[in-house]
Amino acid sequence: MTLAESAAAGAEPLLKLRGIDKHFGAVQALYGVDLDLPAGQVTGLCGDNGAGKSVLTRCIAGVHQPDHGQIYFEGRPVHIRGARDAAELGIETVYQDLALADNLDIVQNMFLGRERLRRQLLDEDSMERAAAETLSSLRVTTVRSIRQPVASLSGGQRQSVAVAKAVMWNSKVVLLDEPTAALGVVQTRMVLDLVRRLRDRGLAVMVISHNLNDIFEVADRIAVLHLGRMVAEGPASNFDRQSTVEYMTTGGSGRTAAATGGPG
Amino acid sequence: MARIENEPVAPAEAVDLTAAVDAGAEVPPEILAQSLGEYLRGWWVRVRSGDSGVLPVIVGLVAVAVIFETTTPENAFLRPSNLVYLFQESTIYMVLAMAEIFILLLGEIDLSIGYVALFGGVVTWKLVQTPSPAWPWWAAIPVALFFCGVVGAVQGTLVSRLKIPSFVVTLGGLLLFRGIVVIILGGADGLFSISPSVPNQAVIYNLVQANLDPTVSWIVMAAAVVAVGGGLWMRAASRRRGGLVAPPRSVVALRIVLLAAVGIAVVAICDVNRGVAITIDGVPWVVPIVLGVLALWTLLLQRTRYGRYVYAIGGNPEAARRAGVKVAAIRTWAFVLSAVTAGFAGILLGSFFYGQYSTNLADGSQLVLYAVAASVIGGTSLFGGRGKTIHGVLGGLVIGGIVYGMALLGLQVEWELIVTGSVLVLAVLIDVLSRRGAGAGGGERV
Repeated sequence: MTLAESAAAGAEPLLKLRGIDKHFGAVQALYGVDLDLPAGQVTGLCGDNGAGKSVLTRCIAGVHQPDHGQIYFEGRPVHIRGARDAAELGIETVYQDLALADNLDIVQNMFLGRERLRRQLLDEDSMERAAAETLSSLRVTTVRSIRQPVASLSGGQRQSVAVAKAVMWNSKVVLLDEPTAALGVVQTRMVLDLVRRLRDRGLAVMVISHNLNDIFEVADRIAVLHLGRMVAEGPASNFDRQSTVEYMTTGGSGRTAAATGGPG
Repeated sequence: MARIENEPVAPAEAVDLTAAVDAGAEVPPEILAQSLGEYLRGWWVRVRSGDSGVLPVIVGLVAVAVIFETTTPENAFLRPSNLVYLFQESTIYMVLAMAEIFILLLGEIDLSIGYVALFGGVVTWKLVQTPSPAWPWWAAIPVALFFCGVVGAVQGTLVSRLKIPSFVVTLGGLLLFRGIVVIILGGADGLFSISPSVPNQAVIYNLVQANLDPTVSWIVMAAAVVAVGGGLWMRAASRRRGGLVAPPRSVVALRIVLLAAVGIAVVAICDVNRGVAITIDGVPWVVPIVLGVLALWTLLLQRTRYGRYVYAIGGNPEAARRAGVKVAAIRTWAFVLSAVTAGFAGILLGSFFYGQYSTNLADGSQLVLYAVAASVIGGTSLFGGRGKTIHGVLGGLVIGGIVYGMALLGLQVEWELIVTGSVLVLAVLIDVLSRRGAGAGGGERV
């Protein structure tokens, strides 16, 4: 069970979800979902289409409010009622569409909505230095100039900028929605390396992905949703491809009973 | 909040900007240039790849000058007297284009600004009429501009809060204000005039008609060049000191020299005596006034949060919304600022036509198309997020040149419409093609 595992790890998970229910009208999207996101670990969230991955992510990001259940942040119960609440707690989400303005440059995108001012005017130099520092600390070094418009970046670079934007604000939890979905092999590697660096910084990272290759490559823990229920959650070593696919498609597995929290 | 800024700041060189260039990523080459030669080469690469910047407008200006100089009787187009008249006329298109650019940057369009301009003008004229209400000019102009701002707020609210397409709202506004202007004028044959012999009215009359003393013209120009050029130089120097990438000194120097050359040319042209019986010389008031509008709106759009959000909304409204930008408020304010700017253009328009405001002074629907054409020719995109205030000034000069050149040729209005319409479509074509070029490259990499 997840609680037992946390106890074994000797630390309260940074973000803890317990019994999250969410329905939209007659459609029940999540049934009593439990999930732990420990600091310094990458949690891979898998599930087929319609399993509830996006809804769960949005509940953490504050876009949706759960109908029942409780979210604990650093052990205390919290209510996340919007993106701003999430940002204040240090929870940042990188959506699949990245939410970058193509016509703005890297610095402008990274500081969008949180520009630094000096005498009421934009303090470009200070923002440029801070952006450069964040990028270099994440070893995003393939961009030639942080003053180039985002439109001129490759897919992997755009993803990197979006991630850097998310971690710039003293964030503690980063949710990445399908970070490699549109990327080629080299670009995917670049982004997965970046995910590992976030973990090494001590952030709690959740990667939502269809791509089991990516999940197995980068995740320390794996959580599988099936039709709105958390059917398995545990250290990545408890899973193999076969069992994960079975969890994702049928909600159960005859092979690795140890990992599952059990349906319902 | 323990942000990055509290940690020791690594020098910017820590980012290896030249390492491992990602395949297919095109960087605007001029960002990286370290010398004048590299800069020019970079610029040329950029032009060839479709991001032409101000090149079309410069080509357009030269083409307009050459075509009309060679075709007008007695090669009159480039005579100082005609050029000054051209500057005066163009300032109206410039200010209108600067008004339209606020809206175009959002990816919207405002078709009403032509008649909003006439509305602003006619309200001003009405308020300074003698014997009543005979308001002082310094009250009449702000009040007229305030009404324009209210108009902009209403239209902006309809667009940004009620999500009615701006095209429809402002098309309605175009007709509405056309009607209102006629009502204020007191009927289709109504006429307000102001006279330079009434001191209060003279201030408004003189906006376009009066000139600075030739000596003062030189001083003002020199002060402006020193201020702008000094600003460019100091800024580059401060970035270089801070370890940030800055354009090479030679490029900054070249820019300042070009700026000074344009300033000297304009003042030299304006200081030639263009009077027949009496001496008329000096730079028209309106030239520094328009440059002041340019400076103000450039500061707002390039150096403030508000301006940054306008660009962000034009580029990706959803990204702006998620970043916490109050998208609807920013949009509404853009319509307000646009309408106020347009109203000011309307005041200049009345002054340009020697203080006579009538219903057939100008066609507001034509004015708005000129404004859009000027913006787009200047390099502002119709699709939002790309463009600068300076584009309105450059494009306004091209449109002014075309309109005035055809008037010199004695062409009828129908030809003016045909030529200007063609120029508008051509400019949009360039915009679309350059966007497609950028989009195709970008699309593959997403």
